[in-house]
Amino acid sequence: MKTTMPQTVTPEIPNPPQRLLSYFEDGGQTLGSWLLTTDHKRIGILYLYSILVFFVIAAIAAAMMRMELLTPAGDMVTSQTYNKLFTMHGTLMVWFFLIPSIPSVLGNFLVPLMLGARDLAFPKLNLLSWYLFNLGGLLALYAVAFGGVDTGWTFYEPYSSAFSNSHVVTMIAGVFVAGFSSILTGLNFIVSIHKLRAPGLTWFKLPLFLWSTYATSIILVLATPVLAMTLVLVATEKIWGLGIFDPKLGGDPVLFQHLFWFYSHPAVYVMILPGMGVISELITCFSRKPIFGYHFVAFSSVAIALIGFFVWGHHMFVSSQSVYAGLVFSLLSYLVAVPSAIKVFNWTMTLYRGRIHFDTPMLYALAFIGLFMVGGLTGLFLAALGFDVHVHGTYFVVAHFHYIMVGGMVTAFLGGLHYWWPKITGRLYPENLGRLAALIIFIGFNVTFLPQFVVGYLGMPRRYHAYAPEFQIFNVMSSAGASILGIGYLLPLIYLIWSLKNGKKAPPNPWKATGLEWQTPSPPPKQNFAQTPIVTQKPYQYSPEIEEELIHG
Amino acid sequence: MADAPTGLAEQYDDMLQQREASTLGMWTFLATEVLFFGGLFLSYTIYRHAYSDAFAEAGRHVKIVYGTINTALLLTSSLTMSLAIHAAQSGRQRALLGFLAATMFLGCCFLGVKGLEYKSDIDEHLVPGAQFQHGLPAQAQIFWFLYWVTTGVHSLHLLVGIGALGVIAWMARKGKFSAAYHNPVVMSGLYWHFVDVIWVWLYALFYLVNRH
Repeated sequence: MKTTMPQTVTPEIPNPPQRLLSYFEDGGQTLGSWLLTTDHKRIGILYLYSILVFFVIAAIAAAMMRMELLTPAGDMVTSQTYNKLFTMHGTLMVWFFLIPSIPSVLGNFLVPLMLGARDLAFPKLNLLSWYLFNLGGLLALYAVAFGGVDTGWTFYEPYSSAFSNSHVVTMIAGVFVAGFSSILTGLNFIVSIHKLRAPGLTWFKLPLFLWSTYATSIILVLATPVLAMTLVLVATEKIWGLGIFDPKLGGDPVLFQHLFWFYSHPAVYVMILPGMGVISELITCFSRKPIFGYHFVAFSSVAIALIGFFVWGHHMFVSSQSVYAGLVFSLLSYLVAVPSAIKVFNWTMTLYRGRIHFDTPMLYALAFIGLFMVGGLTGLFLAALGFDVHVHGTYFVVAHFHYIMVGGMVTAFLGGLHYWWPKITGRLYPENLGRLAALIIFIGFNVTFLPQFVVGYLGMPRRYHAYAPEFQIFNVMSSAGASILGIGYLLPLIYLIWSLKNGKKAPPNPWKATGLEWQTPSPPPKQNFAQTPIVTQKPYQYSPEIEEELIHG
Repeated sequence: MADAPTGLAEQYDDMLQQREASTLGMWTFLATEVLFFGGLFLSYTIYRHAYSDAFAEAGRHVKIVYGTINTALLLTSSLTMSLAIHAAQSGRQRALLGFLAATMFLGCCFLGVKGLEYKSDIDEHLVPGAQFQHGLPAQAQIFWFLYWVTTGVHSLHLLVGIGALGVIAWMARKGKFSAAYHNPVVMSGLYWHFVDVIWVWLYALFYLVNRH
């Protein structure tokens, strides 16, 4: 069980200390030890609990929508209830599951470990951000439980302020508060990656997960405050009854759309970039090969984050936006596909002539590449002005962004969760069940969302609880697929919890992976490393030839 | 780390690293603040461009005397803040406390003057809504909406700044700072200057519009 190429050189320790207590044991298991912890690893786990709750609630809303859509008639819920269901699904999934999923759970756990640091730069701020997140979440849940919100997750003006009688202000307050949690997390990551790298860990020795986390953090820090101010304006307008988006006074609702999408389009990249970072780690580890074109993959993350700030107008092709602006936004949207494509090519080249192992995380990684390609290429369809006018507001768009967010981000999250599960918990999960679940999720996902491309192209609009009878066959397929997908998501929940007590004890490096996080015990001690590591090599020094000899020689 | 210097958190190796980290953190935070106010400045620019006559008309009702007094107060407070930082760097505890108190006092004066100004704005029916002053064009309400939100958010920031300086002053009283360790003073100073700079912009946009 020897790593092929140690990435670090640990200096001789004069008096070898006794086994360090793991972060579970150190500090005890009292409620206070969790709720007042400043340990980034424990905070990551707190986030995992929180986002799981929101995921389940938002998934139930999706299940109810899929049940309603089994028949063309709107017979299960009223149109108003349906509006509230998709708003609840959208707001909770976007702000309370997807955005914090990889950054706040895996990022919190891994960033200091990958840096060879003892903690993030601002541990107390990190804990504060978890509390803000939950406060925002409670406000959102209050809005959902006591009447719901019917505006859709976009809060479009002037409907949201002048006409909606639902709990818009409470929901906005929830999103506003949770936004500050994102800002603080992003700020913490940026400073940590700049200032807390272990000796020898230069920028181009950083694991690619950190590059994508860094790019994500830039978006969180620079885009979220714009949303926060926009929401303040909407809330003020709603409470006072008039304001700056109000057409009665000469206000411009399209200005709201500009401000909203200035945040929300970059936020879409918050919902995919961290996933790309995870996939880069998985592909190289399970191909036993260094990543192909490290610098290109690293800089493509930064390029996506930067170009992503200038494409928001493609959400507004059918608003009153100028056609010339539409033209420029269309062009820029094509441009942002280039760095994404670079990543896919580099992952594929990493697979080429690698020693590929089909462990559970790798199955998720391969699924990610396929699903992301479908999602990304249909994104190009939508960036084309003419085609977008045809499919705007149809299920084609719904299918497109679910391929990115569910097929991409959730798949990457599950892959990453399985990959680092032994490190996080110190236990191995049952491998065969893991593979089975990955397969079920892949099938269930495609059965759910592939028909939506077709039905959207044929003209079925989104956000309606009733539809024309000729679309039924596609909707039945979608709902059937959603049931398979539901089972697929339930499985890991069950066996991962089971593994906490019954899983085999994990060695420090079960995947024989490179990277600092694997150089410390599983689960890591509170201080992460017995001795600050010194990094002497590039990341991903896997060598298929040497391993061939080790195994067969 | 029993022999670690005072004020060094466990995740840092030395004081220099810690100081660099908090400085970068504060600047990053200020970048988010710029974008936070950015949404307001963008809205202002677009509407002023679209309705320049209405904005000029509305701008004549802003109380320039209050605004100018407040600009003077806040700029002076930035001076005392800089002097507080200088006192901290040279380890003069009494001067540090004195300048912090002066800065907080000037900040409170600003809020007091702002309160008087708000009161006279309300008396003159300059709050957007059904009671809004007659005779002004409808788009003037957008100007005043932006005035209330922007100055309100700014005042809130100032309030936070006064609170932060209160904590710093309390720490200074307990002798936490020295010539070797005074970074929290410098950081709160950065924030204070930022709030000051935002005000200078607001002064130009709301008080000096159409005064030439």
